[in-house]
Amino acid sequence: MVSRPEPELDDIYREIILDHYRRPRNRGLLPDATVTAEGVNPICGDQLKLTLKLDGDRIAAVGFKGSGCAISQSSASLMTEAIRQRTLTDAERLKRAFEAMMVEGAAPVAELGDLEALQGVSKLPARVKCALLAWKVLGEALKERQGTAAAVTTEE
Amino acid sequence: MLDVAQIRRDFPVLERTVNGRRLVYLDNGATTQKPRQVIEALTRFYSLHNANIHRGIHTLAEEATALYEDVRAKVAAFINAPHASEVVFTRNTTEAINLVAAAWGRKFLRPGDEIVITLMEHHSNIVPWQLVAAATGARLRAIPFLPDGTLDLDAARALIGSGRVRLVAVVHMSNVLGTINPVAELAEMAHAAGAVLLVDGAQSVPHLPVDVQALGADFLAFSAHKMLGPTGVGVLWARRALLEAMDPYQGGGSMIGTVAIEGSTWAEVPQKFEAGTPNIADVVAFGAALDYLRELGMDAVRAHEIALTRYALDALRALPEVRVVGPSEATARGGIIAFSYADLHPHDVSQVLDRYGVAVRAGHHCTQPLHRALNLEVAATTRASFYIYNDRDDVDALVEALQATGRFFGIPAAARAQAGT
Repeated sequence: MVSRPEPELDDIYREIILDHYRRPRNRGLLPDATVTAEGVNPICGDQLKLTLKLDGDRIAAVGFKGSGCAISQSSASLMTEAIRQRTLTDAERLKRAFEAMMVEGAAPVAELGDLEALQGVSKLPARVKCALLAWKVLGEALKERQGTAAAVTTEE
Repeated sequence: MLDVAQIRRDFPVLERTVNGRRLVYLDNGATTQKPRQVIEALTRFYSLHNANIHRGIHTLAEEATALYEDVRAKVAAFINAPHASEVVFTRNTTEAINLVAAAWGRKFLRPGDEIVITLMEHHSNIVPWQLVAAATGARLRAIPFLPDGTLDLDAARALIGSGRVRLVAVVHMSNVLGTINPVAELAEMAHAAGAVLLVDGAQSVPHLPVDVQALGADFLAFSAHKMLGPTGVGVLWARRALLEAMDPYQGGGSMIGTVAIEGSTWAEVPQKFEAGTPNIADVVAFGAALDYLRELGMDAVRAHEIALTRYALDALRALPEVRVVGPSEATARGGIIAFSYADLHPHDVSQVLDRYGVAVRAGHHCTQPLHRALNLEVAATTRASFYIYNDRDDVDALVEALQATGRFFGIPAAARAQAGT
């Protein structure tokens, strides 16, 4: 066999992505979750369920369960690490910064930390939605939380 | 056998590279590449003959009409249809099936009637029937397939023989399993039950000799772009009596006899089903694709694909943790091989293959019920599909790139294969 240079895969599947894919963090649903949300990518069948345990305005614990490609699952794992022990406002801001990097091609802000590893995926339109799934589900969770809060406020 | 080296010279796109590698195009089930003969026919039409058809009394209009109608006759000959007037041009296979669902189904189906399909249908041969069932009160039922990927013919006999079936709609060659269904046998079952048979030929007409009279089909739908032709052209063939009994599909110019505000009459078939200006240039270019395939000979195309599929099945089965779906014998299937690879998601597999210049399809291939029935860990597969310009080098490139994919994602068997043998 003729030896040829290995093609560049590192810009898509960075080592940190492969690491989170092989050893996902915060995997498993929280039995005492405050908020639960789920979502699917109908085109590729990726699915994700997210549980948050809130302590006031702070995300005290987070757990997820899902199946899908390396991009969607590592993105979920990286997200859970990024939002754990942060306030809901922080989580919302991270979500916006992540979406700006993936969709608008914005340069990653420092706050994104390890999530910056997914920037290479932003150049692959067919895969961007894989990376965004976990964040879409987080958005649903945040909305549900606000809905609950609003309902409680109305009752008062 | 086909002279693949000679054929490849007719396809300009095969000269390009992808990610610095030779393009290995194995996504022919989705669409095929176009030979220069087809590309030139398209530009020649626009350069020399462009006009609207069936209306103008001038030279260009007459030339354009003759070129367009000439392709209708070529299509009829290609599938051994008794009359060219039984060939209706549509946008694609999907539109051809929707035409039958709307123009035949809505007119003839009654509450309690049954439509029988199979569990291996493409969504385009499922959803139109769901829509027409909802509109008419008919019921949709599906014939399952056996673990070896072939249709369960006992179940087919029972379902089709229920006494309530009016239409049977089956895929000739599965776009995932590669299974070639026994259409002639199903036609006999359908006709014995007083039902008509629609054949989805999207994957079969490009790859096998298809003779509508020998099959006993009543409707056949297929697409030009999966057989060297341009996108935007599909074919519905139907027995003339059926076309005449059906209502129009769309109303507009070209499909009428006379129009008055009080009411209108319809043109003769096939014009009754071709409302508005059709895709003239692409139909004309499709004629060049049919010429190309006829010159190769569909028996030779089929023989080439059986040989290549056999080679590929052996090579893929030799890879640890690759699971090929569908019949095990190359003669029982078309040149379509869908597989799973360990627990890797097909999107990750195809992403890495692309870096090696290998183009395959990944996902559910518009067959969600089929993938659910397969009971895979991930309800999706990676699919390699062949055509006349593919050869063993392409299969070797696929296998080599798959081994690299396994190493990249750390599949133990792939790592062992590299370290040991």
